[in-house]
Amino acid sequence: MANNGVNSSQPIVRMEHVTKHFGGVYAVRDVSFGLYPGEVLALVGDNGAGKSTLVKILSGAYLADEGEIYIRDTKVRIENPMHARRLGIETIYQHLALMNNLDIAANIFMGREIRARSPLGRLGLMNLREMRNKSVRLLEGFEIIVPDPKREVENLSGGQRQIVTISRAIYFQAQVIIMDEPTAALGVSETRKVYEFIHRLKEQGIAIIIISHNINEVFDVADRFLVLKTGGLVGIRRKDETSIDQIVTMIISGKADSG
Amino acid sequence: MGRFEPQPIDAPGKDFSLATKTEPGQLVTHGQKSPLLTVIQFIMDQRTLIILILLCAVVGYLIPSFLTGKNLLNVMRQVSITGIVAVGMTFVIITGGIDISVGSTVALSSVVAAAALKQGLGIPASIVLALMSGIAVGLFNGTLIAYGRVLPFVATLGTMYVIRGVALIVTQGEAIWDLPKSFLTIGTGYWLGIPIPVIITLVVYLLGHFLLNNFTFGRYVLGIGGDEESARLCGVGVKRIKLYTYGLCGLLAGLAGVVLAGRLGSGQPSVGVGYELTAIAAAVIGGNSLTGGRGTVLGTLIGALILGVVSNALNLWGVASFWQTVISGGIVLIAVLADTLRRRRAR
Repeated sequence: MANNGVNSSQPIVRMEHVTKHFGGVYAVRDVSFGLYPGEVLALVGDNGAGKSTLVKILSGAYLADEGEIYIRDTKVRIENPMHARRLGIETIYQHLALMNNLDIAANIFMGREIRARSPLGRLGLMNLREMRNKSVRLLEGFEIIVPDPKREVENLSGGQRQIVTISRAIYFQAQVIIMDEPTAALGVSETRKVYEFIHRLKEQGIAIIIISHNINEVFDVADRFLVLKTGGLVGIRRKDETSIDQIVTMIISGKADSG
Repeated sequence: MGRFEPQPIDAPGKDFSLATKTEPGQLVTHGQKSPLLTVIQFIMDQRTLIILILLCAVVGYLIPSFLTGKNLLNVMRQVSITGIVAVGMTFVIITGGIDISVGSTVALSSVVAAAALKQGLGIPASIVLALMSGIAVGLFNGTLIAYGRVLPFVATLGTMYVIRGVALIVTQGEAIWDLPKSFLTIGTGYWLGIPIPVIITLVVYLLGHFLLNNFTFGRYVLGIGGDEESARLCGVGVKRIKLYTYGLCGLLAGLAGVVLAGRLGSGQPSVGVGYELTAIAAAVIGGNSLTGGRGTVLGTLIGALILGVVSNALNLWGVASFWQTVISGGIVLIAVLADTLRRRRAR
């Protein structure tokens, strides 16, 4: 895998010969790659190329049928989304995985609530005030105007909803953040904010996988491109050794041509 | 496994502030509301409570004997048993489910309590046994629904018949009489002038309220009702929480059975018919959406009281009980319709 490395450090995540099929259809076939700290890896390919399936294996939503996943050289079997999170892998889903009937703080902390320090905390008594305060502080880190954390999420704009899910990932100090079409529902300025944000995450050494249909949009932010076609790996290219045209050609032809 | 445990961002030595400083006022906008809007908002939020108060005022004006302490306590006592059942139903409804086996569970629990007392098991042990029978029914429902993926309505419809049958078999269809006097206090006694069933009911509502709003369990119940798949992706053990929710509903139906046995002075295999509908009605009138995700325990209390006040008023008026059924059903239909219209407008 060393030939794919953008820097000399060891990969955070390594997937080796990962395969997933649904019935007789291969959604992902024999894909291998490494993901390094502080890099942005763009997963590109047509609809049905296997991008979503590949990240769902990493985020614990699917179990791979074949192949291995290593996290910092330790072989892991990612059983479920909670397990992935415990391993430091956070996923921001395309449909955002928000509960519209609950407020911002409840959504940020869903599944990982801060409990009261009293003995009742062990029974699940929550520290509502602390969760609310932390949500406010977290949201203040964004320059996007965010409403009061007691507001229900269904009243938020697309960008604000995206911010809530990103906050969720940041708060729990993910090592790897997977973003499935992070800007699909956003306006121009909100999209710019998200990319600005991704740069800051990189500086913190967090590795980011972005799935996107829009190559022009991710070309600036990504360090490497992993091209998939019908479940198979076409090739992995560093930005400095490729161009938008070459990536597009790879997506369409499914061949890793010279370049 | 976990090579790096995620830590909260405010762990010492970590600076995770990801943005440049901005004006504090820019960030958290609470929005300036006009006083009129605030009043309208308050009325909308508290509409069931306002309806209850108006209803009491109107009935009190028309029938002076309604607004006496004795009569009001009477209303509350009449509401208490189905009211306890309605708390469990509220949790189930918030997850987006339904439990129509609760009436049978009430009967089973009353029979178990009575039979245990007749066996000389002592009051605490008999009550525990009755509550456990309720939990068992609830967990059975929960297993079918959460793990067997049976539709809640169908699963609990089956359980409703099975449990009613079990209660009839155990007693051979006969009521169990002659329960110890001290046991009857649970259903007929008073404490500081308040009927004990009413005290039990209020405690159950208070605990239910805190469980829903202040405990992770309640939050997961709300999360599942809001978006089950999202809750799962956030790491909520959806199946386990659903199992517990039906277990809780069974436990409270069991408690209602114990109180009912105390009030009737007997364990009766044929009681509790239709309790599920009263409980569902109380929850729906109290603003719980049958599609899940939205609801409060205190709303259900208000819903139960509205039903109780209407029934009491019709009694005082001397309206035939057949008509009371029609009117109660009509109120439920109005509540369901209001909920549907509200959701359609929200779209």
